[in-house]
Amino acid sequence: MQTRKKCIFLTFLASWLLLFFFGGDQLRRFAFFSSRKAESRRNWPRWTDQSLLQSFADPEELQRDGDPSPLSPRQRRAAWLSVHRRGRCRMETCFDFSRCERHGFKVFTYPQERGQPVSETYSKILSSIERSRYHTPNPAEACLFVLSIDTLDRDHLSGQYVRDVDEKIRGFPLWNGGRNHLIFNLYSGTWPSYTGELGFDTGQAMLAKASFDSQSFRPGFDISIPLFSKEHPQRGGDRGWLQQGSVPPSKKYLLVFKGKRYLTGIGSGTRNALHHIHNGKDIVSLTTCKHGKDWEKHKDTRCDQDNVDYERFDYQELLHNSTFCIVPRGRRLGSFRFLEALQAACIPVLLSDGWELPFAEVIDWGRAAVVGSERLLLQIPSAVRCIHPERVLAFQQQTQFLWDAYFSSVDKIVHTTLEIIKDRLSPHRSRSRFLWNSLPGGLLVLPGFSTHLGDFPFYYLQQGYSPSEKFTAFIRVVSQAGSLSQPILRLIQAVSGSQFCAQIVVLWSCEKPPPPSGTWPQSSVPLTIIQGSRKLSQRFFPFEAIQTDAVLSLDEDTSLSTSEVDFAFLVWRSFPERIVGFSTLSHFWDPEQGRWGYTSKWTNELSIVLTAAAFYHRYYHSLFTEYLPAGLRELVDGLAACEDILMNVLVAAVTKLPPIKVTQRKQHKEGVAQQEECGDGAAGTPPPGQRSPPAPRSVPAEARGTAGSRRFSQRQDCLNQLADWFGYMPLVSSQLRLDPVLFKDQVSVLRKKYPSLEKP
Amino acid sequence: IMCASAKYNTRGPALIPRMKTKHRIYYITLFSIVLLGLIATGMFQFWPHSIESSSDWTVEKRSVHDVPVVKLPADSPIPERGDLSCRMHTCFDVYRCGFNPKNKIKVYIYSLKKYVDEYGTLVSNTISREYNELLTAISDSEFYTDDVNRACLFVPSIDVLNQNALRIKETAQALAQLSRWDRGTNHLLFNMLPGGPPDYNTALDVPRDRALLAGGGFSTWTYRQGYDVSIPVYSPLSGEVDLPERGPGSRRYFILSSQMALHPEYRLELEALQAENGESVLVLDKCTNLSDGVPAVRKRCYKNQVFDYPQVLQESTFCVVLRGARLGQAVLSDVLQAGCVPVIIADSYILPFSEVLDWKRASVVIPEEKMPEMYSILQSIPQRQIEEMQRQARWFWEAYFRSMKAIALATLQIINDRIYPYAAISYEEWNDPPAVKWSSVSNPLFLPLIPPQSQGFTAVVLTYDRVESLFRVITEVSKVPSLSKLLVVWNNQNKNPPEDSLWPKIRVPLKVVRTAENKLSNRFFPYDEIETEAVLAIDDDIIMLTSDELQFGYEVWREFPDRLVGYPGRLHLWDHEMNKWKYESEWTNEVSMVLTGAAFYHKYFNYLYTYKMPGDIKNWVDAHMNCEDIAMNFLVANVTGKSVIKVTPRKKFKCPECTAIDGLSLDQTHMVERSECINKFASVFGTMPLKVVEHRADPVLYKDDFPEKLKSFPNIGSL
Repeated sequence: MQTRKKCIFLTFLASWLLLFFFGGDQLRRFAFFSSRKAESRRNWPRWTDQSLLQSFADPEELQRDGDPSPLSPRQRRAAWLSVHRRGRCRMETCFDFSRCERHGFKVFTYPQERGQPVSETYSKILSSIERSRYHTPNPAEACLFVLSIDTLDRDHLSGQYVRDVDEKIRGFPLWNGGRNHLIFNLYSGTWPSYTGELGFDTGQAMLAKASFDSQSFRPGFDISIPLFSKEHPQRGGDRGWLQQGSVPPSKKYLLVFKGKRYLTGIGSGTRNALHHIHNGKDIVSLTTCKHGKDWEKHKDTRCDQDNVDYERFDYQELLHNSTFCIVPRGRRLGSFRFLEALQAACIPVLLSDGWELPFAEVIDWGRAAVVGSERLLLQIPSAVRCIHPERVLAFQQQTQFLWDAYFSSVDKIVHTTLEIIKDRLSPHRSRSRFLWNSLPGGLLVLPGFSTHLGDFPFYYLQQGYSPSEKFTAFIRVVSQAGSLSQPILRLIQAVSGSQFCAQIVVLWSCEKPPPPSGTWPQSSVPLTIIQGSRKLSQRFFPFEAIQTDAVLSLDEDTSLSTSEVDFAFLVWRSFPERIVGFSTLSHFWDPEQGRWGYTSKWTNELSIVLTAAAFYHRYYHSLFTEYLPAGLRELVDGLAACEDILMNVLVAAVTKLPPIKVTQRKQHKEGVAQQEECGDGAAGTPPPGQRSPPAPRSVPAEARGTAGSRRFSQRQDCLNQLADWFGYMPLVSSQLRLDPVLFKDQVSVLRKKYPSLEKP
Repeated sequence: IMCASAKYNTRGPALIPRMKTKHRIYYITLFSIVLLGLIATGMFQFWPHSIESSSDWTVEKRSVHDVPVVKLPADSPIPERGDLSCRMHTCFDVYRCGFNPKNKIKVYIYSLKKYVDEYGTLVSNTISREYNELLTAISDSEFYTDDVNRACLFVPSIDVLNQNALRIKETAQALAQLSRWDRGTNHLLFNMLPGGPPDYNTALDVPRDRALLAGGGFSTWTYRQGYDVSIPVYSPLSGEVDLPERGPGSRRYFILSSQMALHPEYRLELEALQAENGESVLVLDKCTNLSDGVPAVRKRCYKNQVFDYPQVLQESTFCVVLRGARLGQAVLSDVLQAGCVPVIIADSYILPFSEVLDWKRASVVIPEEKMPEMYSILQSIPQRQIEEMQRQARWFWEAYFRSMKAIALATLQIINDRIYPYAAISYEEWNDPPAVKWSSVSNPLFLPLIPPQSQGFTAVVLTYDRVESLFRVITEVSKVPSLSKLLVVWNNQNKNPPEDSLWPKIRVPLKVVRTAENKLSNRFFPYDEIETEAVLAIDDDIIMLTSDELQFGYEVWREFPDRLVGYPGRLHLWDHEMNKWKYESEWTNEVSMVLTGAAFYHKYFNYLYTYKMPGDIKNWVDAHMNCEDIAMNFLVANVTGKSVIKVTPRKKFKCPECTAIDGLSLDQTHMVERSECINKFASVFGTMPLKVVEHRADPVLYKDDFPEKLKSFPNIGSL
């Protein structure tokens, strides 16, 4: 027995060794010498004489860079103009920059001609341009031209196809071979090939086209826009659907698709394969054969069952409840589905090879969508399953940001198109890719203000900056009195007493000249006086004199203490993108009158901080003056006390967040309500002392002068007109106030940093 | 063997007499195993060299001149010219790359050959130093495979970096005979100096069919967006000259031009700029009267002054990079290395790696037509931005220009990102210099959303055995209108939770989760039962919070969903005497933490706490049974860069008789331990992420002189 055992044992050992010595490469590599794996791999050799190898170019050759080219740069550029046209157009060769130098970036839209049908969508596009701050009615100062001929639908089978475009265009004296023209198009080509042809000679015009394919796209010249439906709102636009961000994603489905399956023709390759990934559990991919007139002619064995399954699911429900949405090509490369998925925070999984994605020149789609390959459809399920939950969360949020920043309305789509073109005109004053792809988005960031990220209120955390440690007090003076009033002297004293005050700027908005410099109070900080006009909107003009990030906006009759200022400023430094102030208003929807109202009475909420005493970032002055169209500022100049509402609306539209109220002592305005005014309604809200107890949602019937109530109703008008212009009500309500940590706590006053804030 | 020994064991004592023989067998077998093992290991030491493909070993000792020679017949096929319409989906065979969990493409390098034509004349130099470095880098990288069948991308060893050194037709023939050429599909060529006189094409002239081209000096007309990769022209000076990084700031010259071979037209314009703006503009030229032995490439002259190149670049804020005969210029690399902001004047030039690098942050691009306005354009750039561009320029050089390795790996990564887009490297990773990566935060909850009030919150109560107090907490919390679910985490393994019938009857679902171990981190586990975004963590002895206070806390959280919103506040302080952090629970004017004994936060932070907590903090907390709340404060502050929000005034949280100072206990050791935690966490995080603020949140009308019944949250701060 023992010998037998020994025998078995030895045979075993021997075979083990034999296996070891002569066994496969695999065994040795993986089982025993994994650490040697790298060596046994055949790497690129280390040559014995590698130190003797010649350089690919000797330094002389590199620096000489060939012979000095005989062709002069000017000649070369001239030669380009004739060679690189049409399909090879670039800004350098097909765009006349000189047109944009005198008057800047101005856009002219051809006047509508009678009897010329314009689709609803195209008229929305035209009116977006007309609403933009770049519009000009004068072709002589225009840099960019937009036709009045509807070129959106160039499918000649379509009812909205406009005929004889060539002929019409030739009749335009401004056409100039299409130079500096921008042509919008949503549908091009027709059954069966759906080519990108527009059916007329576009000359040197730029195309802003949906479903652009990357081969005919002229980079840096054309613009790819998304396909949008004719119901797409002109302005405002619905918000995204994401309300909840949770990790791991808790949606019911992982991946969905519901749409047509083309049985034949272009695009059928992908659409025909989509049903393969359907698993009926977390992946739902449903197709129907029903479309077109003669689908039954081509119908295959799947169709009937597919059509039944198709009806069982609701498209909207799938959109709402899925993490990823397949966005395959249709007949054309783009589809409505793309924007639908984006809005629904359903991460688009693009299966549309060769599609130049919308605004890809500036938008980094890799952060918001999975750009799949039509050829790898079957890998998609495993690929999306492997995406980390954090990344899914980031993707979802990015879809919402992009939707809201660039796509939710026709205005946004058109304005993005214009801004991209404008950025090309002066590359050194343009937005970096970072700006386009982070909140609040490229449209709200003016490169004309600064190109440095630290100068904006939005990027402190992302870039590791912090807002400046000082502020500028900006006081608007309107009173007619020849000498300085007591309140303003006290105000200057209080403000300059703050350790954070860098300078005081006084905007003298009276016709009378300001008192000579000697009569102003001596303070420890420099005081600048700007002679202004009576326009109300001027208070938000980006004056050069304002040097700090933070502005403390003040009315002359505001009463503040130094510690109030100090505390509010510290709070602002925590929320540099918001307005931080003392007195507040609250807006509400009045269902009876069907309009927005606001109340200055004490309520449990707030959504507007009065700029009679408020901190905000100086960038908002630029945004107010340059981003908003002139028409809105004129509106503000015409209505009383509308300018601070507009400012609040603007900041809320940018940040999507409410303003912040901080502790205030009771009296904020001196009792000078009846002061002489040099302009129409320059004073702010009614003094707190005169505020009546709240009767929520009642439109005021205050026992104040008629001037007061007129101002009040004008403010209501203002709010409604602003909501109308923005297309929605940007204001957001807040229920909180920020107080010092020990505010009114039962601790010794000596322990408190801001005891004076508690005095009644 | 296994079975045999088992049998002996079962027999046990009965076999004692036979022990000796049994031992002998064991000894023999043991001895033979050891012996054989020794022999085996001994042999393996030398094995790879003796048995396995001997070629590998000899290759190591080979010279480039000893590589096999391949003769190209004159009529061997020539590939088609490059196809300008190629894109990844049309010309690239993505099936070769396959799906793999690492999301890495596999790159194969053809072995080096020497190509001669029919007459035996060399087609090109075998390989340049740079190309050898590039291939070595690929071979050493994670992308490399030596298995041609598994490769997704093929890199020929035929060196086409410099077109001047090539015989174009023959090189093309050499490419065409590569074993897997297949019309150039999935082949990647690297070229830095394209074109030749007189018109200098902006892409390699060698016919290459569908091959991808990583080229230096593409123009918008030759660059196939999304297919080709634009790479820098490597400057050998990068390796030779060590320019230490200079701090950002203003420098002696404002604009400097250092290129030698400028077209006279450009030079005239630059000189006009110099005449206009005086000393701040310096236009250098090559030196005419250098003594022998001084390398002309390392000197530049202005009139009679001689400057060292590239050192002189560090003396200027902006450095002009003008196009020459070619668009891509090696000087760009030198300029970046010097931390000088490049002013790129080369219409239609595709900047290196422009697919991923945001050049607007590191350079100024000026159209050729606008050269005369260069000075004013540059003047309009804010100083702070210039400093940043200087830093950015240097970073681009360090990361993507400094060596052939950097260039090769960036190129492969770009192609890799196209093939596995869902695993692509982010904009920040490509563009942010390490200093920014370090100091910046990217908030995972960056979208400004105010969650709908209707969603409500889930209260999570961690409890061990204080049932009575727990029931009181449950009853109190259930009065809060926005409570949507209550979750009790039963952390006691020795005792069962009370029977269902004993629990308080409340209007929302109440779930009890039993844990496997008594760990503090159980409190922060992302339980599936938590269906709301908002979580209220509450201790089982916090009975004094009123319904108004809790509801208000929830409302505040809705406005700050990415922060910790809590009731008891704490502070960390720097102890100058001890030179370390100190924990403070006194009544202070500042706050930097809130205790999670009563705090609202986003469920996402549960996920982060459980799966993404840095270092060993999580285990450390569980082992010490303390500081889980400090760890949570650190985590949230670190990832968001934001402060906590303390809500409502100080009060007694546990019982009316308690002192107003709350927390677990007041004794000294407790405080010392908490301070230790702060120091420990700060060292693990490598920074102190906590932010100190002086504010807390109260209802808008808190303590205002106003009828209480009209206030939304009247019952705040009582006691």
